[in-house]
Amino acid sequence: MTLSDAKEGDVVKVVKLKSSSAIKQRMLDMGIMPSSEIRVERYAPLRDPIQIKVKGYNLALRVSEGNQIEVEPVS
Amino acid sequence: MFRIAVAGNPNSGKTCLFNQMTGSNQRVGNYPGVTVEFIKGYADFSNEKVEIVDLPGTYSLTAYSQEEIVARDFIVNERPDVIVNVVDASNLERNLYLTTQLLELHVPMVIALNMIDVAEKKGHTIDAEKLSAILGIPVIPTIASRNKGLDKLEEACLQTIKDKTLPKAVTYTHELQHVLPELTEIVCGYSELCGNFPPRWAAVKLLEDDEVLLAKMKELKSTENLEKAVQAAKAKINAHSNEDSNTAVVEARYGFAAGAAKEVTHMSDVSKRMLTDHIDRVVCNRVLGPLILCAVVYLLFEFVFTCAEGNWIPTSITFESFTSPVGVLESLFEWLSALTTAHVTTPWLQSLLSDGIIGSVGSVMGFVPLIFFMFLFIAILEDSGYIARVAFIMDRILRIFGLQGKSILAMIVSGGLGAGGCAVPGVMATRTLREEKDRLITILVAPFMNCGAKMPVYAMLIAAFFASHRGLMMFSLWLISWAFALCCSFCLRKFLIKGEQTPFVMELPVYHVPTFKGLLMDTWHRTYMFIKKAATIILAISIIMWALMYYPRLNTSSLDKEITTATQTLRAETAKTAYAPLFAETELDKTIKAAANPGAETVQTGIEKQRKEFVKQLEAYKAGENPATPSSVIAFNKYNEQRDQKENAFAEKQLVYSFAGRLGKSLAPVSKLAGFSWRENIALIGGFAAKEVVLGTMGTAYSLGRDSVDEPEPLAKIIQHDPSWNKLRAFVFLIFIMAYAPCIVTLVAIKKETGKWRWAIFSTAYSTTLAFIVATIIYQVGLLFYK
Repeated sequence: MTLSDAKEGDVVKVVKLKSSSAIKQRMLDMGIMPSSEIRVERYAPLRDPIQIKVKGYNLALRVSEGNQIEVEPVS
Repeated sequence: MFRIAVAGNPNSGKTCLFNQMTGSNQRVGNYPGVTVEFIKGYADFSNEKVEIVDLPGTYSLTAYSQEEIVARDFIVNERPDVIVNVVDASNLERNLYLTTQLLELHVPMVIALNMIDVAEKKGHTIDAEKLSAILGIPVIPTIASRNKGLDKLEEACLQTIKDKTLPKAVTYTHELQHVLPELTEIVCGYSELCGNFPPRWAAVKLLEDDEVLLAKMKELKSTENLEKAVQAAKAKINAHSNEDSNTAVVEARYGFAAGAAKEVTHMSDVSKRMLTDHIDRVVCNRVLGPLILCAVVYLLFEFVFTCAEGNWIPTSITFESFTSPVGVLESLFEWLSALTTAHVTTPWLQSLLSDGIIGSVGSVMGFVPLIFFMFLFIAILEDSGYIARVAFIMDRILRIFGLQGKSILAMIVSGGLGAGGCAVPGVMATRTLREEKDRLITILVAPFMNCGAKMPVYAMLIAAFFASHRGLMMFSLWLISWAFALCCSFCLRKFLIKGEQTPFVMELPVYHVPTFKGLLMDTWHRTYMFIKKAATIILAISIIMWALMYYPRLNTSSLDKEITTATQTLRAETAKTAYAPLFAETELDKTIKAAANPGAETVQTGIEKQRKEFVKQLEAYKAGENPATPSSVIAFNKYNEQRDQKENAFAEKQLVYSFAGRLGKSLAPVSKLAGFSWRENIALIGGFAAKEVVLGTMGTAYSLGRDSVDEPEPLAKIIQHDPSWNKLRAFVFLIFIMAYAPCIVTLVAIKKETGKWRWAIFSTAYSTTLAFIVATIIYQVGLLFYK
């Protein structure tokens, strides 16, 4: 599954980043990398962008960018 | 003098700390070759003079954005004596990620562990000494917003400069440590590649596929050795960790940062949900969020225009009457203009000074209160952290049109609510957009909004032709302005400013209350930059515009002759009456002035008293109240009216004769397509300077006196009864006024914000062309149906 499949309140773990170099670099810099834990805080009023919590701070990204992040649920 | 550079994440309190250290002693500069601005300040650290540079806030030092490249180049090329790295203690891990990259540059450094109060609220206690031991550099806890810990920070800076202590080298993960020494050694052989950067840094960057470094490598000759070594190292990393080298490098840094953060942070048992999370639950809520956003946007609008144009400054110490900041500036410049008119008698110089220079600078200064309050409100939104939420809520809708969430602020300030606004602060409000392309598009479409200066023209035409549908017309104009803006942004994104939209990965910072000092300094700073610009470029363009409308001059001798004859007749007719002295050589001008200003206060003695009586009778006569009017009053009234008529007719002739008039006339064959006569052409040419000019110039072109054109009614009456005007023509004119060229002040704002005249010129060209095409289509199609 990808990050954009997760529901509000879900906690997931990053498996892989699929995006191209520039966006990937940005995500890595912001702390989204393999084995980071992400909590989906909420979706924006039109279900895009997504607000997540990663490394203890709030981050917003678009659904199209969330699609590039492969995740697995944390049990 | 020592030099200090302040580096850190956005939202880490970096700018606040910088402001506290330097006070008001700041300058703005540009980095060579790029539009990224930086601010320099000066301070005394225990009698030691220092220059402090505020580097752009970044999350990383890769080649991701211009800001990041600027920051790292500054550090290695300008060699500041010490770097102050501002670290947000409440967000330690991610902030230390940047710290790691600064450490890689191997320069003297001090850490300001900022916002420790926020961290404590979160339940985190941080051991600064332990962190200092791990990194090998001083770590000073600070609360910049309350000026705490800054004296110790200054001491630490001086000490570090004196001792020239360098930080410890970063220990990376096993895989990286394994390949780095070998690669570093090879990189050492390519000194051109490293420049002033340490070789180990360059080695890491090569593994990271840093674009700037890769480009440099391509330029060099015989790099096969190096390339081979890089490929080999990458392969080794990949074999060990199953990740590409880029990810491995970031993981290594984050590993270091997380390790350090964990070791020095003590978390209290209860992990508290922060206030920010509670606020976000409301502010970003699916239903409440948009409602709150609407309220904030409305408040922004009200705040800016009420503060700038509302009457709240007392004009007397008794607090009886009030004026607005705009009013203060306007009356100041009116007074200056009157002063020049009174003391300069050479006609062209008088016109240049009062219309060309004082008039234009005055109208620009009239924008200053608007700009100031807009910047103030925007600064509040930015500093508090709300602006990121605006982007979050609005992004989806505006993205369809190639804009993004934060564009909405610029559009509203420019007049997006449909009831006045100004594109100048609007264009400047795009500063909150960090993405260059989105920002450019927003700047190019914001001037379509219905700004306050377009309102009088709308009012005039609506009063003349659509008086019974006022509301509907204003609503349509509002809709059309948005249609223009959104269609254009869509097309610009599609055809001209192409490229995938920049990633939106954006921090939603912790909310906090902005500091008063920071707000004022920031706001003043931005306003001052605008004033400086206004004083130079706008003045120059205004003088050119003035000359276009003023030169060449007609010979006034025929007019003078006619007036002399009329004056002689008046004097002959009134020679034997009591009021005769009022029409004497030295008094006539004063009498005419008094007649034009019946309410003016004058001295109540001698001839002035007589003049007052005379004006009173004249007023009564004009109002048809006084059956026993002396014949001299009637004669004067007739004379005065005739004289007005002659002068206005001459002014019209003069306008036609001027360069602008000739241009307007020569454009008439083309503009006829959209239904504009030469009169409208001249007015529209004047409108390039400022939309306020359109109405006044039209007044002159329709032979109205200068004094009457501030009010739309007389002009409305004239064109209403002009057979060449009709509803269709009026509508097309309205559309054209809405869409064509931004005014000069906006152009200068565009130049300032984009850094290039190219975009200011493009903005004028494309909007004028588009406006003309649309106007022509509406007019030609309309002609088929409208008779």
